[in-house]
Amino acid sequence: MADLKALHEAIINGDLKSAVAITKEALAAQADPLAIVTDHMVPAMDEVGRRFECEEYFVPELLLSARAMKGALELIRPLLAASGVEPAGKVVIGTVKGDLHDIGKNLVASMLEGGGFEVVDLGADVAPEKFAQAAKERDANIVCLSALLTVTMPSMRTTIEALKQAGVRDRVKVLIGGAPVTQQYADEIGADGYGANATAAVQLARGITGR
Amino acid sequence: MKPLIGQLVSEAPVITDGAWGSLLLGAGLAPGELGDAWNLTHPERVEAVPKAYVEAGSRIVLTNTFRSNRITLERYGLAGKLKEINEAGVRISRRAAAGRALVFGSAGPTGKLLVMGDTTPEELSSVFAEQFEALAEAGVDALVLETMADLEEAGIAVRAALATGLPVVACMVFDSGRNRDRTMMGVTPEQAAASLTETGADVIGANCGQGPSDYIPICRRLGSATELPLWIKPNAGLPELVDGRAVYKTSPGDFAVQIPSIIEAGASFVGGCCGATPEFIRAVASRI
Repeated sequence: MADLKALHEAIINGDLKSAVAITKEALAAQADPLAIVTDHMVPAMDEVGRRFECEEYFVPELLLSARAMKGALELIRPLLAASGVEPAGKVVIGTVKGDLHDIGKNLVASMLEGGGFEVVDLGADVAPEKFAQAAKERDANIVCLSALLTVTMPSMRTTIEALKQAGVRDRVKVLIGGAPVTQQYADEIGADGYGANATAAVQLARGITGR
Repeated sequence: MKPLIGQLVSEAPVITDGAWGSLLLGAGLAPGELGDAWNLTHPERVEAVPKAYVEAGSRIVLTNTFRSNRITLERYGLAGKLKEINEAGVRISRRAAAGRALVFGSAGPTGKLLVMGDTTPEELSSVFAEQFEALAEAGVDALVLETMADLEEAGIAVRAALATGLPVVACMVFDSGRNRDRTMMGVTPEQAAASLTETGADVIGANCGQGPSDYIPICRRLGSATELPLWIKPNAGLPELVDGRAVYKTSPGDFAVQIPSIIEAGASFVGGCCGATPEFIRAVASRI
């Protein structure tokens, strides 16, 4: 039997190779895929989030852990889907129109995937209509918008408008983030939440889906 | 110490320039448009920026080439014009300076993360070398690496910059963590100063990320880990959004009043970053 405690450690240490190897071994030994995720992987990412909050970890550690988590999840996800287990939620994410910065957005996307969400990453410089279309087609329940520039923040407002026009605004929660973004701005444009960093984004997303 | 830096330090404090992006946006640059491309399409509007700084009292002006590296230009379909954009940037600043100020070539990070395997040290090294060679050939007096968050990328950039033989100013941006005293990647001022000094930079600095008062402890901490001269460029405070536009509420006077403390904390070079317009530099010049 694979040592699943070691999987926990591998994720915390950002060790992709070990995380994948241990997961393979565990699955070969008929471990319950859902239990691997909920009992070992999610608590590991929670610990990573905790270390980030208290500044033991910074962005590089967060990225490596998310990558290890993602690697292991890729093996497990098909099994979960086959047994009818739904992801924690479906997220459409992108950097808004006019803004090409994607580091923060990638980080949030990785952490959400690590948190068990299905993530559709639309990339950077994404038109409002494209967000609306993806949210509709993918049946998303969360739309995450990123902007690093003060001058592109208004694109967040127009994206929310586009969601309304496409008739999907009431089906999704809109979360926003990025260096110049504030809670006040989220309130002003009618977003459902603001996350100051990637771990805050995961907490918000979990709060929305109750998972 | 390279002679140019030694000369400048003997005349310290030296006033550098302020924000570029803020002024270009004021001149009609569209959100999301690449300001560096204006070196070819709107050289007269670009030239107005360093000109205003020289008139305000800047003794060093930078170039409009912060994002003119291959990786960023490729995203805008302009990689084929890399040499031209960098050359034009130098020519424009040189013309604006008209012998009254030095021209330091500006370069920022690539936006790709080594830690995620988005790029490799070899790729970064050649990307930076290409831009720095273009700037050096066009005749800049020194190179300034600005707004770096990752120490490994900054180190690669410093090595590529040193290969040109020009003086190298290496600046990081401290804007993260509870006390806003780390880079996004978790680097402290002490770690940055020690590591960049060891790599061989000629001047160590910090720019952007926060307002002038927050730079006093950062400057002191940089200085605790290096004997090299320090270069500091704060923002005009943090922006607030008013009617969808970024507004910096710090006034030129509020900004300038903090500068003597930054100099006392060890800075030889002082200027401004986002939101710090020529009025700010003028206020600084009248104070020191």
